[in-house]
Amino acid sequence: MSHTNDAPRWQRFTRAQRLARFAVYLAMVMAVVWSVQNVRVIPEFLYDAHTQMADLLRRMWPPDMAYYPATVHGALIETLHIATLGTILAVSMAVPIGLMAANNIVPIRIVNEFAKLILVASRSVNSLVWALLFVAIFGPGALAGTIAIAFRSIGFVGKLLAEAVEEASTGPVEALRAVGAPWPALLLKGYWPQVQPAFWSIALFRWDINVRESAVLGLVGAGGIGLVLDSAMNFFQWTRVATILIAIFIVVILAEIVVTQIRKRLI
Amino acid sequence: MSAAVKSLPGPSIRARAFRPNWPMRAVWLGFALYVVYASGRLNFTWDRFVTGLDRGAVFLGRMFPPEFTRWQLMAEGLLESLQIAIIASAAGILLSLPIGLLAARNLMPAVVTVPARAIIALARSFHPIIVAIIFVKAIGFGPLAGILALTLGSIGFVAKLFAEAIEEISLKQVEAVRATGASFMGVVIMAVLPQVLARFIGFSTYQLDSNLRNSTMVGIVGGGGIGGTLFSAFQRFDYDFVAAILISIIAMIMLGEVIATWLRRTFQ
Repeated sequence: MSHTNDAPRWQRFTRAQRLARFAVYLAMVMAVVWSVQNVRVIPEFLYDAHTQMADLLRRMWPPDMAYYPATVHGALIETLHIATLGTILAVSMAVPIGLMAANNIVPIRIVNEFAKLILVASRSVNSLVWALLFVAIFGPGALAGTIAIAFRSIGFVGKLLAEAVEEASTGPVEALRAVGAPWPALLLKGYWPQVQPAFWSIALFRWDINVRESAVLGLVGAGGIGLVLDSAMNFFQWTRVATILIAIFIVVILAEIVVTQIRKRLI
Repeated sequence: MSAAVKSLPGPSIRARAFRPNWPMRAVWLGFALYVVYASGRLNFTWDRFVTGLDRGAVFLGRMFPPEFTRWQLMAEGLLESLQIAIIASAAGILLSLPIGLLAARNLMPAVVTVPARAIIALARSFHPIIVAIIFVKAIGFGPLAGILALTLGSIGFVAKLFAEAIEEISLKQVEAVRATGASFMGVVIMAVLPQVLARFIGFSTYQLDSNLRNSTMVGIVGGGGIGGTLFSAFQRFDYDFVAAILISIIAMIMLGEVIATWLRRTFQ
């Protein structure tokens, strides 16, 4: 005990830090205990969950491959179009909003904050909710899905784009300004070459996410493969459900491979 | 002045400062053509868009003012969503620890990493909502389906990043601890975890945040939480109630984001 008085005792964290951490751990445990005690889960459902899952998987086997060319393929292509068009639309809307949010492009605080508000609003609403809203507006179909994907993605693309623009070096921009270049030239020749790698990387990343998300939109009527999945499930055609799930799985994996390959080449 | 300008070399021998980038222009042209082609394939017409805007105005009009009188129903749904998110995050993060460790290629042999990576890939590639429907169909309606779906999604995300973080650690500390004759668990606890803990907490809080968002949605397919209330309000064209639910969901998500930032700061 005496050594604590002689030599300074090494401690990684201050007392306040340790107390804060302990409080967080305690709060986490309490939150979990509260949730487990109050959630309305019927224990019998939990106990036989694995047999029910196994039963469902057995009913899915073998996947109905004949169903693929008939219906699934077209829906899958539609899903890819929704994801791609939605991403293009999102990027073209996110560029002006992202530029407005970047303080070095528009040095007006209130404009920056307004643009950031739009970006946060876009991100806070889930793509399914956006899809529900646009199905109510445009009617069921791919148009609602595409616009839902676009509105959902603006926040993500715009935020990352604004950050990339704000990190751009001022050197080339000042050089251009010194020779009297007009503002479109400043953007195009000063900022764009610096932001370009980030731009493509953000757009590709979002496209990858959108391929996953667009597969779900059909569940609320916004077109694509989700629609086919929903009807197959409603008719309990489990072998068809299996085909659809396999198709989604392969497309998602392919999209990821495409994105990684392009990123490797491009950036 | 004019003499000085004239003495400059003429355009014939001056190099262009910005040469046109033809491949890039071709890419942009390709995008433009694709947009036209795909819009045609999906039957997008300007008419549909314009009629939609009219309907959108009516729709927005019916959303206001938001109706908060049924707040008890909303509070019940939000609390259930919160419980789903907390349980799914806790279970998902706890399960991610062993799975992520098993998937780290610098610590484990291929026999172990390949199946662990397969589990992660499978958990990652389906959207949580699709996983939720499957669980709803298999084990019935209610929060349990939502919890299981989000747990699986959390494993896909947290375990993947955890494995990647472990693969980037410095092996010097591992060697040092191993040299003292420590057991495998000793090496993991004393040499591996301290190097990755900060990042692990980072993406765990991110996942908590993301689970909170998704837990408000799994109800749309019957997985419990506020999503069910939202979806039925939509189907009853009860748009002022929809607006109230959306506002409360966004408020809860933003609160969650604040708490997540605050948590991350505590552990920095």
